[in-house]
Amino acid sequence: MEEQDKILNDVTQGDYKYGFVTDIETDIIEKGLNEDVIRLISAKKGEPEFMLKFRLDAFKKWQKMKMPNWAYLKIPPIDLQAISYYAAPKKGPKYESMDEVDPELIDTFNKLGIPLEEQKHLAGVAVDVVMDSVSVKTTFKDTLAEKGIIFCSFSEAVEEHPDLIKKYLGQAVPVADNYFAALNSAVFSDGSFCYIPKGVRCPMELSTYFRINAANTGQFERTLIVADDDSYVSYLEGCTAPMRDENQLHAAVVEIITMDRAEVKYSTVQNWYPGDKNGKGGIYNFVTKRGICRGESSKISWTQVETGSAITWKYPSCILMGDNSVGEFNSVAVTNNYQQADTGSKMIHIGKNTKSTIISKGISAGKSDNSYRGLVKVMPKATGSRNFSQCDSLLLNDTCGAHTFPYIEVGNKSSVVEHEATTSKIGEDQIFYCNQRGIDTETAIGMIVNGYAKEVLNKLPMEFAVEAQKLLQISLEGSVG
Amino acid sequence: MLSIKNLYASVEGMEILKGINLEIKPGEVHAIMGPNGSGKSTLASVLAGKEDYEITAGEITFLGEDLLDKSPELRAKEGLFLSFQYPVEIPGVPMVNFLKTSVNEHRKHKGLKELTAGEFLKLMREKMDLVDMHTKLTNRMVNEGFSGGEKKKNEIFQMAMLEPKLAILDETDSGLDIDALRVVANGVNALKSPETAAIVVTHYQRLLDYIVPDYVHILYKGKIVKTAGKELALELEEKGYDWIKSDNEK
Repeated sequence: MEEQDKILNDVTQGDYKYGFVTDIETDIIEKGLNEDVIRLISAKKGEPEFMLKFRLDAFKKWQKMKMPNWAYLKIPPIDLQAISYYAAPKKGPKYESMDEVDPELIDTFNKLGIPLEEQKHLAGVAVDVVMDSVSVKTTFKDTLAEKGIIFCSFSEAVEEHPDLIKKYLGQAVPVADNYFAALNSAVFSDGSFCYIPKGVRCPMELSTYFRINAANTGQFERTLIVADDDSYVSYLEGCTAPMRDENQLHAAVVEIITMDRAEVKYSTVQNWYPGDKNGKGGIYNFVTKRGICRGESSKISWTQVETGSAITWKYPSCILMGDNSVGEFNSVAVTNNYQQADTGSKMIHIGKNTKSTIISKGISAGKSDNSYRGLVKVMPKATGSRNFSQCDSLLLNDTCGAHTFPYIEVGNKSSVVEHEATTSKIGEDQIFYCNQRGIDTETAIGMIVNGYAKEVLNKLPMEFAVEAQKLLQISLEGSVG
Repeated sequence: MLSIKNLYASVEGMEILKGINLEIKPGEVHAIMGPNGSGKSTLASVLAGKEDYEITAGEITFLGEDLLDKSPELRAKEGLFLSFQYPVEIPGVPMVNFLKTSVNEHRKHKGLKELTAGEFLKLMREKMDLVDMHTKLTNRMVNEGFSGGEKKKNEIFQMAMLEPKLAILDETDSGLDIDALRVVANGVNALKSPETAAIVVTHYQRLLDYIVPDYVHILYKGKIVKTAGKELALELEEKGYDWIKSDNEK
C-alpha cells in the first residue's frame, strides 16, 4: 500500500508543462468592469455600432443576474472588479507575414507545440491563435478562401463580414442565456469565426488555440461556426495557461449553427492550468457551448477531453430543431488534487425523429470532485426521437468523489430515452495483473484509464487523440490509493 | 533457483501459510496439491508479490537474491511468471498493446533493444501456434469476453512470449475441457528446459498426466505435509485427501 501511495504522490505532483510566462509587452486596460470599460473595449477594436449595442445590451442584462450556484462546485467569491478585461500583446493587432511577429510570440507557441509558420505546421490543420484577448495569427487563410471558407479572428469577421455576424451572433447562445454567457457577451475581446459555404467539405481541420499569458486578466473569447447546407467541418480547440498562484477566470462562448444536412464536429482538449497539488491557483473555467441543428438531418457532435482548470463548469449542448437532426456529446473529464468539475450536456429535441447520444467518462483522483450533469428534453412535437446516455465514473482512490445528476423530460409517447450509469473503482487486481507482466504501476494506470476512456478518445481526430492520451497519462498516473 | 525457508504469511490478520519450506532447482517441475483452503493460491500470490499478504516470518530467495524485497514488476522482469487462476479483464486495452508493453519492459530490463511493431508481431505469430491461439483473441481487449478456457490459454500464450525462468501455474487446469487441457499442457512442456522450472498448483491428478512432475507436495493447513514423486498424485486421486487430513489432525 505504502509503495503505491508513494508512486501516487510522485506522479500526481508531476509538473504542468505549459506553466511558463512569456515576457512580452502587453497592452492592458485598467482593472474593473463598468459601461465605460465596455465602450473602451469596443472602441479599441474599432467596432461598428451594432456590436457596441450587443455588448451594452448584454451588460445591462448581466447586471441583473446572479452567479449560478446550482452546480456541485465550491466556488470561492470571484471579484470581477479585480480583473482587467482587455490584454493584448503589443505590436498587434494582427500579423500578415511571419516577419512582423514578435520572436517571443513565435517562441512561446513553438514551446506549446503550435508553430505559427504554416510550413512547419501539422499538415492539414489551420490554426487561429488567441493570446489573452486577441487573435495573433490565423494560418492557411488563403488556402481556405479558395473554397469560399471564411476562417478568421472574430474581430476580423466583424470588420469584413458584418452581415454574417449580425445574422448569427447570439443565435445559439442568447446574450442573457446565463450569467457567464452574458458577461462574455459584454466583454468578449476576440475568438474565431468560421463559415463553411453550401456544399463544401472543409479540406483540413480548423483549430483555435487559446493561451492566457498576462496576469490579473480574464479571458473571454467567443467562437462562432456556421455550416451552410450540405457542408462539413471538423473543428479543434486547445488551451493552456501559465502557472500562477492567483486564480484566473475564463468565460468563453462557443456557438455552432448547422443548416440542412450540414455536419460540425467540435473537439476540445482543455488543459488550462489546474492549480497546484494543494489547490492553489488555477483557471476558473465557465464556458457556454451550444449548437443549433437548424436544418433537417444536420449533425453536431461535441467531443471533449477535460483535464485542466481548478473549476470546470461546462455543458456543451445541442438544440435539435431540424427533423432527423443528430446531436452527440462525448466527454472524458479528469479531476485530480483539488480540482472540481461539473460538466455534461443538454440535448433538446424539437424536430421529429431527432437522435442524441451522450457518452460521459468521469475519472476522479486525489481529493477532487467530478460531476456529470445532463438534461435530455424531448418536446411534445419531437415524435419518434431517441436518446441514449451512458455516464461512467471511475474512482482512483477513496478520497475523491463522483456524482451524476441526470435530468430527463420526455413530452411524447413515441420517443425513447435510455440512461445507463456505472461507478467503479480502479481495480487493484488489474494493476497487479499488469505488474506481474513487468509493467509498473504508473504505466499500468495510464493503460487502464486510457482503455476506460477509449470510446471517447477514438472520436477525436488522430493527432489530437495521441495528445489527449499523453495528457491523461500525465494528469493521473499512479493516483491509486 | 527458488528457495523458500520457514515462510509464514497472513492476510487481514489470519495466518494462512505456517512454515513453508521448498527448494526448486533448474529443470524441475513441482506439483503442489491439497484440499481447498490449504494455502496453495496464497503461496502463488506471495511469490508473485501481491500486496494483500503480510509476510510475518521466513525468507525466499530467487536466483540467489532476496525475493521479498522486490516489487512485483521486478520479480516478473527477473523471470518469475504467474499464470493466474482468474485472469482479470482490462476493458479497452488491446491484448496486443498490453503484451507489447510487457515484452518490451522485460527486454529493457535485460538491456535488450525494444522490439519494433513488425518484430513483435512476428514473435507473436510464432508463439501463437504453440498454444493454438487465434488472432481473434489477440485482437481483442485483455481477457475481455474470453471464455474460461480462452483465458487460460491466453495465460500460457503470455508465458510463451515472456519465456520466464520460473513459471507458477495457479490451477491452470480448472475450468478446462480435455482438449484445452492438452493444449495448455503442450504449451507448458514445449517451454521446459534444463534452465527453467515450474510450480504447478492443482487439485487434480489429470493435469499431471500431461505435465509430469518431478516432485509432488501436499499442502495442508499452511504446511507441506508430504513430499514424494509423481506417484503421490495417483495415490491422492485414488484415496482423496481424507487420509492426509486424519494423519495431520490430532
